[in-house]
Amino acid sequence: MQEFLEMGGYGAYVWPSYGITALVMVILLIASVRSLSSTEATHKRLQTELGLDKEQKQETENSNGDEA
Amino acid sequence: MHRFANPTRFLRIAAAIQPWVIGITVILFGVGLYMSFFTSPPDYQQGETVRIMYVHVPAAWMGMFCYASLAIASAVSLIWKHPLADVAAKATAPTGAAFTFLSLVTGSLWGKPMWGTWWVWDARLTSMLILLFLYLGYMALQGAFDDRARGAKASAILALVGAVNLPIIKFSVTWWNSLHQGATVVTMDGPKMDASMLWPLLIMAFAFKGYYIWVLLVRMRQELTANKVRILRLKQAHGG
Repeated sequence: MQEFLEMGGYGAYVWPSYGITALVMVILLIASVRSLSSTEATHKRLQTELGLDKEQKQETENSNGDEA
Repeated sequence: MHRFANPTRFLRIAAAIQPWVIGITVILFGVGLYMSFFTSPPDYQQGETVRIMYVHVPAAWMGMFCYASLAIASAVSLIWKHPLADVAAKATAPTGAAFTFLSLVTGSLWGKPMWGTWWVWDARLTSMLILLFLYLGYMALQGAFDDRARGAKASAILALVGAVNLPIIKFSVTWWNSLHQGATVVTMDGPKMDASMLWPLLIMAFAFKGYYIWVLLVRMRQELTANKVRILRLKQAHGG
């Protein structure tokens, strides 16, 4: 185990490479997912406020749902 | 093609394939990391530092792949005004920037023990740094206009002009003297690398690609929902 962590004396370069890669990728993923959830929550709230809940079904059938 | 142009249909397809993308990505990372650490041998010249390759090279490949996607999506958005192309381009930029940043940092961590320096201003490293600046410029330009359409257009043009950097990166190790080693995987004579190293490298590369698609789907869904929110806000401002 000790030998594995030492990486032939290059542990100080190998592990930080994997560490920063994992860190950056996890942070980007979490930030993206959170941003999606909060935007979806805002969208739902606005729809309720405007009383548009029922229109949602029509929207999926409408080919230009986004511009409607 | 236009079947996929419809954002509503895209959202449905995205929701359906996302669990598969996540599953495949996680499995590829599991297998790829296992092979990187346990089945692949140390290099006869570079020793254990060769394991940095399994994150460094996929990150660099994806940094370039994302930029190519960004440029193609920008062209489609400029020429055909495809409603999803702009969304896809915008959703790609942060991931591409992250991969390019990681290729520079892991390259630095590999260069120190092998070349004796964290950084040299050589063609490969410099052109990769320019790629990072292109991503940052693209993202900054997008937010620099009050008119979203103008920001999208300006950044799309920047993305296209910057694409000239891609062949420079690819051939930088051939055209100029470089500390960086030449191509070993994508060569005219096929890969010049032993299978025990090539397999973990390719599997990690596909894991990175799966991760990119995962984040892309999430970010595109976010962007499309944000567009809907903007429309609803306008409706609200006009009294419903």
